Amino acid sequence: MRANCWYGKTTVEVGDVPDPQILNQRDAIVKISSTAICGSDLHLYNGFIPTMQRGDILGHEFMGEVVEVGREVTNLKVGDRVVVPFPIACGNCFFCKEQMFSLCENSNPNAWMAEKMFGHAASGIFGYSHLTGGYAGGQAEYARVPFADVGPIKVPAHLNDEQVLFLSDIFPTGYMGAEMCDIQPGDTIAIWGCGPVGQFSIRSAFLLGAERVIAIDEVPERLQMAEQGGAETIDYSQQNVYEALMDKTGGRGPDACIDDVGMEAHAPWPIEAYDRVKQAMMLETDRPHALREAIMCCRNGGTISVIGVYGGFIDKFPIGSVMQRSLTIKTGQAHVQRYMRPLLQLIENGDIDPSFVVTHRMSLEDAPRAYDIFKNKDDNCIKVVLKPDWKGNGDSAAKDDSYTVVH
Amino acid sequence: MSTNLRTGLPNTSAKRLAKGLGWFSVGLGLAELLAPRAVASISGVSKERTGLIRLYGLRELAAGIMIFSQEKPVEGVWSRVAGDALDLTSLGIAATSPDAKLGRVAFATANVLAVTALDVMCAMQLSNGNKHGIHAKGSCIVNATPEEVYQFWRNFENLPRFMRHVDSVTDLGDGRSNWKVKGPAGMEVEWDAMIVADDPNEVITWRTLENADVDHAGAVRFERAAGGRGTIVKVNLEYMPVGGVIGAAVAKLFGEEPEQQLNDDLRRFKQMMEVGEVVVSDATLFGTGYMDQRPASPAAAQELEGAEMLPSETATNYASEGGTMR
Repeated sequence: MRANCWYGKTTVEVGDVPDPQILNQRDAIVKISSTAICGSDLHLYNGFIPTMQRGDILGHEFMGEVVEVGREVTNLKVGDRVVVPFPIACGNCFFCKEQMFSLCENSNPNAWMAEKMFGHAASGIFGYSHLTGGYAGGQAEYARVPFADVGPIKVPAHLNDEQVLFLSDIFPTGYMGAEMCDIQPGDTIAIWGCGPVGQFSIRSAFLLGAERVIAIDEVPERLQMAEQGGAETIDYSQQNVYEALMDKTGGRGPDACIDDVGMEAHAPWPIEAYDRVKQAMMLETDRPHALREAIMCCRNGGTISVIGVYGGFIDKFPIGSVMQRSLTIKTGQAHVQRYMRPLLQLIENGDIDPSFVVTHRMSLEDAPRAYDIFKNKDDNCIKVVLKPDWKGNGDSAAKDDSYTVVH
Repeated sequence: MSTNLRTGLPNTSAKRLAKGLGWFSVGLGLAELLAPRAVASISGVSKERTGLIRLYGLRELAAGIMIFSQEKPVEGVWSRVAGDALDLTSLGIAATSPDAKLGRVAFATANVLAVTALDVMCAMQLSNGNKHGIHAKGSCIVNATPEEVYQFWRNFENLPRFMRHVDSVTDLGDGRSNWKVKGPAGMEVEWDAMIVADDPNEVITWRTLENADVDHAGAVRFERAAGGRGTIVKVNLEYMPVGGVIGAAVAKLFGEEPEQQLNDDLRRFKQMMEVGEVVVSDATLFGTGYMDQRPASPAAAQELEGAEMLPSETATNYASEGGTMR
């Protein structure tokens, strides 16, 4: 089959790889109809996640049709149309029983590696380094889905792929980012990062009862999409974020702050330069500018919700501000399985149509160019969906009609 | 809860001897420090040498303190050996001195030689224990009752389903079992073991029979976790030093990171209990490129008999190929 594989920093290639097979009796094989590139794939693309290996298949946002099931999968049958959650979870261990699926104790065969790095291991994840299990990803024609009796959710035929695809990751992730804020009626929520996850946090915050959402970014089309979602915006390249937020909230600060940015934050140049130097010297692995700023801006007694991905260690963390001002920090990889059904219900009710976030639709064969466009935010790119059954030829620099752009 | 394991590698007699030598160091050190003239007289050396004897006293005291401050006083005892060498050299020089009493010097030398022999023996035993004795302990928490976990483990024939090195365990009845273990370079090591203690739902201990090629003992304990959140499983394994090719093979098998290997086994044990089979990923088949993923071995194969694809079979192939990459 064809698959998009990682070959080193900023190098991905679509090539021929062996078809996946049933390896455990609770596996299913899914023929992928739509797959997306996630912002967190860029952390792999940019070489910030350790334990990647040349040839690893990328991708953890995918959906498609079940073409084969293992003996113990009784809830799915061949032909079912399913969306697959990105954390791999057994459904039987303590954490799965507690609905904390991204902490599954049994799904990461390389848990010992993660233990060395994090103290304890979290769940396996599709296509996301060997630290998270060494599972092949979903930017491919087919994928093996372990614990298919727990993860994948069947979706109704009247909803198209782009309306349900993001149940695999960014919608539940953005939603959990907002849910962790414990939003009370009348709350003001500030959101750092208006990428795809940030967009879903904005809309989820309103769904959960926020009165005001203030979104922070510098990319015009992202800020525009945030405004379409009902948010006020701050362009950090034009304004001092702290001053702008204090101005909007009478000096008290937002009730909760969501970090939808993670480890590769951009910042005003002296701060970004400082963090980039430390990152390059391996003195810190992550650039936590958004997190630092969110903490300093949050109102006393407020909540910091960290849903952007961090991978290692940071520097100059304002713990004094957190402690002195009774802040609460909540965080985690999204427990996607917990949210899929209720969020699908919201989609069916017409409360939200997740397809608003898609700007580019391209052939799987064009994945290398898609990564490049997405990374550089060229061509007003916010979210790319890859279609394995569109047969582009990969040599697409001159073929502008090989993808569609929707604004 | 005490088990019937022989505890403490290196063996306890070497440790006890080390303690005795430690007290000897302290006694002699104090004597040399406080009564150097008497010491000089007894050993027949010149009474001019009290300064040097006091210094040697300090050295003895330091060795004694070192021995008592270490759980396994390898360095302390080896420092005594070095001290003995210094003592013998000094006695040799003393014998050439005009006012030496040769009879007493010879008597002192004989005594030091005897102690030196003890020191060397003790130090070697302690160091050997370090190299060849293998002790590993590990634990995991399983989402099942102590009864369920005990039942699974008590059937020793289940053990190869999650223990990487164990090829098969055959129940011989009467609490006896035959173990076949994959050794390095394709050799197979085999032994008979017997259950030493069996408290249902609490503890099982076993050890090899007297005439076995391998001196091995193990214990597994099952404790109800706080709040009824499953069962804590604690395992202790010991492989005593044995000579010969088989001893070397076993040492190599468990030598590198015995605790890591045990914890890997326990992780797969947890998967067997909670998921019903060992969980594998693509890297299980193709390797991580960093280190072996250490997939589990055989028995899952029996379980999956009739399936189109036997992961454990593939996993076993992968392991026996030494983790070759795609």
